[in-house]
Amino acid sequence: MTPSDSEQTKTQQPDLMDLAQKRDLMQQRVAASLKRRHASEKRFRLYGMAAVTVALSFVAILFITILSKGLPAFWQATLTLDVYFDPEIIEIDEKPVRQPGESDGAFQQRMLAWQTDLGFVNFNRIILNSLAEVLPEAPRYQRDAMRLVTSGERFGLRQLVEDNPAIVGQTLRLKLLADANVDVWLKGNIDRSLPDSQQQLSARTRAWADELAERGIIRNQFSTALFMNADSRSSLASAGLAGAFMGSLMMMLIVMFLAVPVGVASAIYLEEFAPKNRLTDLIEVNINNLAAVPSIVFGLLGASVFILWFKLPLSAPIVGGLVLSLMTLPTVIIATRSTLKAIPPSIRQAALGIGASKVQSVFHHVLPLAIPGILTGSILGVAQALGEAAPLLLIGMSSFVASVPGSPFDQSTALPVQIYLWQGNELRNFFEARTSAAIIVLLALMISLNALAIWLRRHFETRW
Amino acid sequence: MTFRNKTLSLALTAAASVALAAPALARDTIQIAGSSTVLPFASIVAEEFGNSFPQFRTPVVGSGGSGGGLRQFCQGVGPNTIDIANSSRPIRPNELANCKSNGVTEVIEVKFGYDGIVFASRSDSANYALEPRHVFLAGAAQVPQNGRMVRNPYTRWNQIDPSLPNQEILLVIPGSNHGTREVYEETVVHPGCHSFAEVKAMDSSARNNFCNAIRTDGRVVEVAGDYTETLARLDAQRNALGVFGLSFYDQNRDRLQVATMSGVTPSLETIASGEYPVSRPLFFYVKNQHVGVIPGLLEYSLYFMSEEVGGDGSPLEAAGLIPMPSNERRDVIRSVRARTIMQ
Repeated sequence: MTPSDSEQTKTQQPDLMDLAQKRDLMQQRVAASLKRRHASEKRFRLYGMAAVTVALSFVAILFITILSKGLPAFWQATLTLDVYFDPEIIEIDEKPVRQPGESDGAFQQRMLAWQTDLGFVNFNRIILNSLAEVLPEAPRYQRDAMRLVTSGERFGLRQLVEDNPAIVGQTLRLKLLADANVDVWLKGNIDRSLPDSQQQLSARTRAWADELAERGIIRNQFSTALFMNADSRSSLASAGLAGAFMGSLMMMLIVMFLAVPVGVASAIYLEEFAPKNRLTDLIEVNINNLAAVPSIVFGLLGASVFILWFKLPLSAPIVGGLVLSLMTLPTVIIATRSTLKAIPPSIRQAALGIGASKVQSVFHHVLPLAIPGILTGSILGVAQALGEAAPLLLIGMSSFVASVPGSPFDQSTALPVQIYLWQGNELRNFFEARTSAAIIVLLALMISLNALAIWLRRHFETRW
Repeated sequence: MTFRNKTLSLALTAAASVALAAPALARDTIQIAGSSTVLPFASIVAEEFGNSFPQFRTPVVGSGGSGGGLRQFCQGVGPNTIDIANSSRPIRPNELANCKSNGVTEVIEVKFGYDGIVFASRSDSANYALEPRHVFLAGAAQVPQNGRMVRNPYTRWNQIDPSLPNQEILLVIPGSNHGTREVYEETVVHPGCHSFAEVKAMDSSARNNFCNAIRTDGRVVEVAGDYTETLARLDAQRNALGVFGLSFYDQNRDRLQVATMSGVTPSLETIASGEYPVSRPLFFYVKNQHVGVIPGLLEYSLYFMSEEVGGDGSPLEAAGLIPMPSNERRDVIRSVRARTIMQ
């Protein structure tokens, strides 16, 4: 209080009238300011609501565009045909059966010879014959007819014969995927009024596609190709996510078994056991810095250390998993440390008080209470790693891989990289939808991982 | 709930053993990288190869541009280096020297076909009938005028030539990381540039620098990504004229219309006959030291060259590759079989 203020109060104190006046004045001022304060609160609420609306509408736009583009791609134009496995076309010996006493190598040799024989069979001829059943004109215009069915189906038929040679001579009702361009045409993803020179399919193929669609032979059916097949470029309609999914799965397993235990162990040590000194301060600062390092830097590190130095294979999930583990480690450490910090000291003191050792107090009392927080942090870290594409581009995981990897040392891609690759495919009319479908699959995985994190937190959470 | 010491140590041991399991494993999958122009073709061959030969695994094809692929290729010999580099231009002498100094002494060059480069605009935009000279004048930083070099004054195509459409100039060209850029410069910009007497008078290095300089006022856009990015530019701006590979244009004919060059419409036929000037050969380079080590390497190369894969009516032709004439193909196959090493 300034001297002049105290003087004022002294002189005004005895005067009651003055006091009443002052109170009125004060009330007026309060009333006036109250209005202003209410207005500012209202304004702030409006700002907040506007911010939420803007954010939500962006999310809504994102979801609506992706869903509206991507959902149709889960259904693909599919032909249902009676396929006759003509023994005159499929002229092969009996499938080799392992003889008693035959060595591994000798059997494999015979098997390979049989498979090579099977490889020479013209399965396109079989597809053409079954098309001729529904389109009598088909054999005359072979090239136009073969554009109806995607080229990879011939390998599908070969696989059927390889798995069960007894079907030779039988007629099976099979579902064959239509060519990508037929799918585009029937879905109206290309302007149907364009002249022939601007269409991908010949006029005859287009007319046939329409005719078969009308007769119910080509139907828009839910496609398992998207989930069961690896990527493909020679048979675009059968391109799928299985390879990328397996690659991502392996990398996530590596991250879970590497980043999570190492991260949790270092967090426990730093939080519960390490002395507080300059060194641990330095470590803490560096861990926080590490969490902010752009992910592409980890990719560069992976390329130079794991591939050039440790001589690990290119494009392999093992390298991807190691790089993503490094990236996830700081996230796990920070999340675990903050969970441990939130456990009340009374728990530790009580444990120590009844004679538990430091290790016992941590592992029997503190850690069980921290598990939900640690799990949440770890799952969010893994989810972040799942969506990461940038570091993977640098270790060769953006390659085209047409097979599903069997081990972490096999070449593979990952889901976010597959999205990037499909986004660059030449046949835009088909792959715009396919890309969005892949995004939907990735988003669905992310949302389920996050939901799991929330459920775990709710289920195990302890409130003090 | 208790967390046991044992579990933790078990997890740690498991993690450590994964981290340390780093032996140089023998590889049985062919690893390919390089040009994004060659990528679609190589991917199709790789997939068909894997499907046709049960004894070999499907090769893995990466991108990274011609330069990036060759750099990776020349890193050395061994299972953690790639076996084949795809390239949309011949290997440069300094790249080959770099290869040799890193121990990659035996390189087999395989030329497998031709590719055309086309100029295309959106199908709802104007149609262009271009000459190399027009492209040079539209994109150059400086142009010769009355014996002097002046800053590029053109803002609309019809200012360059009244026969061209009255549209803003916006040229979308591949970035310098692409092999396509080099072909664009050598087969379009240079012929256009050299048609001026003022340019002819320069010495060769000054001439190259002058011709390659592009204007920086935003009317020429360089795209470092692939053709989808160029297409996205055209989607956003109706006036834009983009540079594409013939195969990309071919698969998006409903959205794009192609410009003629010197009166010739690009097509498989006009490019194969050499009538359409903007085309180039495509290559892949095989590391001979890996033949016999990585299974299927030679078989893949020969399969790539076979008539049924890359000839007329083949899957590669359907994807936009311009097949080689059969006598040229025969020579290449002979040199691959003999494993002729580049000197």
